[in-house]
Amino acid sequence: MEIKVLKDILGANEQIAEKNRQLLDSNKVFAANLMSSPGAGKTSLIRETIKRLRGKVKIGVIEGDVASSVDADIIGKEGVPVIQINTGGGCHLDASMTYAALNSLPLKDIELLFIENVGNLICPAEFDLGEHKKVVIASVPEGEDKPFKYPLMFHKADAVVINKVDLLPYLKFDTQAFSRTIKGMNQKAEIFPVSCNTGQGMPEWVSWLLTQLGNRAKMH
Amino acid sequence: MHELSITQNMLDLVLEQAEKAGAREVGKINLVIGEMSGIVDDCVKFYFDFLSKGTIAEKAALSITISPTTVRCLDCGRSFKPKESDWTCPYCQSNNKEIVAGKELLVESIEVE
Repeated sequence: MEIKVLKDILGANEQIAEKNRQLLDSNKVFAANLMSSPGAGKTSLIRETIKRLRGKVKIGVIEGDVASSVDADIIGKEGVPVIQINTGGGCHLDASMTYAALNSLPLKDIELLFIENVGNLICPAEFDLGEHKKVVIASVPEGEDKPFKYPLMFHKADAVVINKVDLLPYLKFDTQAFSRTIKGMNQKAEIFPVSCNTGQGMPEWVSWLLTQLGNRAKMH
Repeated sequence: MHELSITQNMLDLVLEQAEKAGAREVGKINLVIGEMSGIVDDCVKFYFDFLSKGTIAEKAALSITISPTTVRCLDCGRSFKPKESDWTCPYCQSNNKEIVAGKELLVESIEVE
């Protein structure tokens, strides 16, 4: 006997993600899922953002890594609540790991939550964590071709941060061509060229985050 | 890389559906996997053999259909398969498009006894 199923394999993950989103919403938290390859600058971007929003926005961070608490230690020094998830070999965060982490955070005291995913441009694209926006960080030394190699990741992004633009004079990287490629796959993506080193582009990125926070606040 | 968790989720879904139908055994599982998902079908088969042991799906054959990435041009309306490093429309050179296939991760049907 044949049974028609036609169900998404990740339906169970999406149900938990929806629960996470409700938990975040009921605590008036805006959550961004930061995804990139290893070394693109997710932790640096979080740290530089915290510095610019200190005293203005209450920030919390979930750090996802296969092993170690190196990133949580860096962020912890900034004086914000941080939870490290070690996936123990897993190449991405999923909604249930995120749920456990959310329950260990003082959500009432957080307005902006960064979820730093495991460094990987493939697997994290598939797993909804319950975040409000997906942000992909692409650094210029990685090369212009990444959207063609990892189309799902760039297709799903709400924002793409092009990091390390202070290195552009030393590299063959055409920012305009790169942006055109992303827009071709994903018209809704907002693009922010930044340098966490020099601070270039950070005001625009921070301003986008504040707009998102403002939009969430209006909904409640 | 994420085939292990995908396969576990797939098996859970299959077992849930099979049990709901009162099945004794699952003979075949028909999957549709989008090309963009980056799932390696051999890995899914490998993990499936391992994870399904001791369940009513342990003897099931896996049939995997890969759904190719397909893009529709929003200006001329035609669909096409994008080239490796060029996603502009081959008919009208527009860069204005939507992805219509290639993202699937579906259990389409199962055959049970």
